Amino acid sequence: MTMRLEPIEAPGLARRAGLPALAIAGTFVIGALLAMIAGGNPFSVFGLILKGAFGSKFAVLETLNRATPLIFTGLAVAVAFRAKLWNIGAEAQLYAGAVMTAVLGTGALAWPSWALLPMVGLAAMLAGALVLLVPAILKVRLGVDEVVTTLLFNFIFLLFVGYLLEGPLKDPMGMGWPKSARLIPEARLPRIIEGLRLHWGFALGLIAAVTVWVIERRTTLGYEMRAVGQNVDAARFAGIPVTAVILKTALISGGLAALAGFSEVAGMKGALTKDISPGFGYTGIVVAMLALLNPLGVVLAALFVAAIFVGADSMSRAAGVPTYLADIMLASALLLMVLAILLTKFRVRRD
Amino acid sequence: MDLFDIFVSASFWAAVLRIASPLIFATMGELICERAGVLNLGIEGIMVAGAFAGWIAVWAGLPLWGGVAVAMLTGMGLGLVHSVLSVPFGLSQHVVGVGMTLLATSLTFYTYRVVLPEVSSPPKIEAFQPLDIPGLSQIPFLGEALFSQTALTYAGFVVVALVAWVLYRTPLGLAVRAAGESPAAVAAQGLSVTGIRMGAVIVGSGLMAVGGAFLTLSAFDSFFFEMVNGRGWICIALVVFGAWKPGKALLGALLFAAFDAFQIRLQQTPMGQVVPYQVFLMMPYVLSILALVVMSRRAEVPKALMVPFNKGER
Repeated sequence: MTMRLEPIEAPGLARRAGLPALAIAGTFVIGALLAMIAGGNPFSVFGLILKGAFGSKFAVLETLNRATPLIFTGLAVAVAFRAKLWNIGAEAQLYAGAVMTAVLGTGALAWPSWALLPMVGLAAMLAGALVLLVPAILKVRLGVDEVVTTLLFNFIFLLFVGYLLEGPLKDPMGMGWPKSARLIPEARLPRIIEGLRLHWGFALGLIAAVTVWVIERRTTLGYEMRAVGQNVDAARFAGIPVTAVILKTALISGGLAALAGFSEVAGMKGALTKDISPGFGYTGIVVAMLALLNPLGVVLAALFVAAIFVGADSMSRAAGVPTYLADIMLASALLLMVLAILLTKFRVRRD
Repeated sequence: MDLFDIFVSASFWAAVLRIASPLIFATMGELICERAGVLNLGIEGIMVAGAFAGWIAVWAGLPLWGGVAVAMLTGMGLGLVHSVLSVPFGLSQHVVGVGMTLLATSLTFYTYRVVLPEVSSPPKIEAFQPLDIPGLSQIPFLGEALFSQTALTYAGFVVVALVAWVLYRTPLGLAVRAAGESPAAVAAQGLSVTGIRMGAVIVGSGLMAVGGAFLTLSAFDSFFFEMVNGRGWICIALVVFGAWKPGKALLGALLFAAFDAFQIRLQQTPMGQVVPYQVFLMMPYVLSILALVVMSRRAEVPKALMVPFNKGER
């Protein structure tokens, strides 16, 4: 028995919408089974997740705050994957942005807020862009697989951050803790509405999503990125400067991921620590895939993923089911979703 | 300690073999997958799962080799999932691999918390003890350096020889290599490219998991969340460095381990007082990137690596 895939000429709406929905449903079935193994009642577990994510004003704000870095890393991955630049290093680029924010925001520049914040944000983007530029150059010049190099950079950069926090960036008043000094008030992202714990990083994320959408759909660069992603040889044959397009993609992607670090340090935490990201860079891959690499979809996917994480945290405290349930569900969602998308375009035939 | 003293101490060379062992298993696993045409980026997660599965099985009462078997089966199960998604369905091997690493890692951590909900530090097991090879271990210097390892380390070298023999001396190996070079030719012979590739991914993933289990059953005697710590990604670099050949990949793993053992000892020299310890810890990853760069021009990549094969397409 062998199977083969046969393209479907014009897939119907039922297929195009139904299969991704089935993938999400499958994710919840997996989550339910695992919750039962841990001794939880699946209905109350999902109820607690929902309540933990949206059940109160505090919960909703927490979900929005958690979604913010994921919007940036999700966009970073979506942009790169669109051009088949496999950036798995958003984690390192995030920390590059965070380091730059801590370097410039702790008093090195004593500027007013309206000048300082854009400056720090741009410098953070530049830092992240440069971190991804190295693997991108190795890819286009030497053919070194960027998956491995970007992954290895994550480890290198986190060690570098550890060194900075125990050395040059260490807070002298920090009682020996490896953390940076606090940002000056002018370098902090203000809250969108006074009294609500939601900072301008979230709004910046929405702006970034729209900007990326415009770049992808309305500019020549966007068209070229798609062409390179679809078929690099055909793109080269059509006269598209493939190397330049890949390098530009890397700069945009690295810059976007760095904004996650900027937003976390300047918006949420107010100082740099080694643990500002519990894997936002890796989760960005799940976000981007769930969004089908669509920049506006990234916002929705980030909210969905953040809701599951925030909800699972409070569920775990109440029901005693480990919070890693959220990670399993998201990894399953990623795999089931890519499978579902394939099956919207191909039919399985047995010979 | 003098730099020269490091290289003439038998314990240094013994450490090289110990550090190389998990890399040897996992690199052979990755090499099998890639020779058949499938990049297996699930390696990092599969090593985490193997490290945990082997350890928890022994903790639950199985003998050490039973733990190795459980780890291997766990890896093969994950390999089956990876291979179904990446071979017959031909999904992006990058996305499937990263997804498998996330899935295997989170499943492992979840199971750990379910099985051991209350512990603050993981329990220890009775790990593999060094096995002196009669006669050989009595040789001065060499005996202590090379022939006083645990059984799993010796097994690693047997696996390299076995993989090399199967790949280059058997019809099965020929079929695996052909599946990674010109799958259409394999299909023309009436063989199933899908079957060969899936089998390679399943067996390869089993070896990766044993590499992970070496950490919990031989190198240490317990399981920690961060213990694999990028070793899987390093093994992917080692396969490239070894030009997809078992012998060269073994050499790469040993060279790499020598460097790693060296940097650990370098931290205890006067140099370690001046240079921040993070610089030493970075070296394995930097070295892996350098290896990829150096080999990039020379390596002969399997031609059909990462190219899905759909029968009926021409």
